Amino acid sequence: MNDLIAANKRRTFFLLFGFVVITLLVGVAVGSLVGNGTTGTLIALVIAAAMAFSSYWKSDKIALAVSRAHPADEQEYRRLHNLVEGLCIAGGLPKPKVYIIQDDAPNAFATGRNPKNAAIAVTTGLLQVMNRVELEGVVAHELSHIKNYDILVSTLAVTLVGTIAIVTDLTLRMMWWNGGRVARSGDRNDRNNPLALIGLVLLLLAPILAKIMQASVSRRRETLADVSAVRMTRYPPGLISALEKLQADNTVTHSASMATAHLWIEQPMSGVKDAGRLGMWHKLFNTHPPLAERIALLREM
Amino acid sequence: MNLIIVIAVVVLIALLVGGIYNQLVRRRNEVDNAWSQIDVQLKRRLDLIPNLVETVKGYAAHEKTALEAVIAARNSAMSTGSSPHEQAAADNAVSSALRQLFALSEAYPDLKANQGFVSLQEELSNTESRIAYARQFYGDAVETYNTAIQKFPAVFVASMFKFSEREFFAAEEAARTVPEVKF
Repeated sequence: MNDLIAANKRRTFFLLFGFVVITLLVGVAVGSLVGNGTTGTLIALVIAAAMAFSSYWKSDKIALAVSRAHPADEQEYRRLHNLVEGLCIAGGLPKPKVYIIQDDAPNAFATGRNPKNAAIAVTTGLLQVMNRVELEGVVAHELSHIKNYDILVSTLAVTLVGTIAIVTDLTLRMMWWNGGRVARSGDRNDRNNPLALIGLVLLLLAPILAKIMQASVSRRRETLADVSAVRMTRYPPGLISALEKLQADNTVTHSASMATAHLWIEQPMSGVKDAGRLGMWHKLFNTHPPLAERIALLREM
Repeated sequence: MNLIIVIAVVVLIALLVGGIYNQLVRRRNEVDNAWSQIDVQLKRRLDLIPNLVETVKGYAAHEKTALEAVIAARNSAMSTGSSPHEQAAADNAVSSALRQLFALSEAYPDLKANQGFVSLQEELSNTESRIAYARQFYGDAVETYNTAIQKFPAVFVASMFKFSEREFFAAEEAARTVPEVKF
């Protein structure tokens, strides 16, 4: 278990490193395309750095706010609080803050930067649909995300993917809007600047790349969290039947956005579930392994 | 040249031993921490008992034997030794005394309707599940620690610095057998 957590922390490092490299390349591309080479690059980097830094401290609040979560009342949600406390003792974790989301779709997520500053949020739909052992399985899954430090990287990803998207989007728009008014090194009649072309391609690819990275790391984490959740509850059938209920349910979680998709226990968007003609692409961008696969894995335990 | 190699090897070994030592210390502290978590929950339960006894007395003062059994079990649990085995035995005595008291309370509708009694009962059953969880965590910590000190090459460091194996919780016999329900 500890080895897995260590591997996870290493992977987190590489992920952040990858994000930094992409951001850096985006910065260079911005510089070469919008003109004012170094200044543009520097501005982009400063923005990216500021976003990354603030996301470390604030991204959990952003994720919670975006999902319209509010703190769960100690009295009203006594059962949930007790359950979380118990499982935290079993996992040797401090108790995270507990949030409720008014949404009929059963779903849940965890966020924060470390076990001491963590929060888990569940939808009212989840509380209605699940019985005690199932709820225990779901909460244990979320607590495992906290214990394995998944929350840090996935919450960072929310803001970092967002930043890359915004910066590239901004640049692409700037290219259209100020055509001709500002002398740019990447203009059409300036053909001896191969950097400009590379930069353009990079700007188009960066958000996609960032998303693929986010998705691939997220998928592994889901499986790992399932396994450690069962270790925590010592009762695989609980989580299995919870996942089966999630599988049978296909309400869209309205409180989830594309940016927070990978945080939830179940993929919140229903469209990505059908195996259509974009099968391969869906697989690449899916933030979660198929529920059937997860259930099959737990059955083997 | 040879000297440098020798020094390098010595430094390397020292670093390795130091790293393993630190890791073992961390694991051992985890076990101690897990153990004190159980204590916290057990103590919480013992603290609830005087209130419970007072509440029950108000409605069923003549159930002396059951009440005294609970008090006696509590007192012996307060002064018990600290090995996992002794602690488990004392705690089981408390559990069964409490179970008897709650079974008796079924015969007193007024008591069962008392808000204080209801919340105490809830609190106690919650604490009981927390004790179980804390024991589970302790078991996990002990397992990790025991495995760590038995593994190669940590086993040499462990014996050099006297890291000894910790005791697991033996599950209560009654908890292992499925209770029979008869109607």
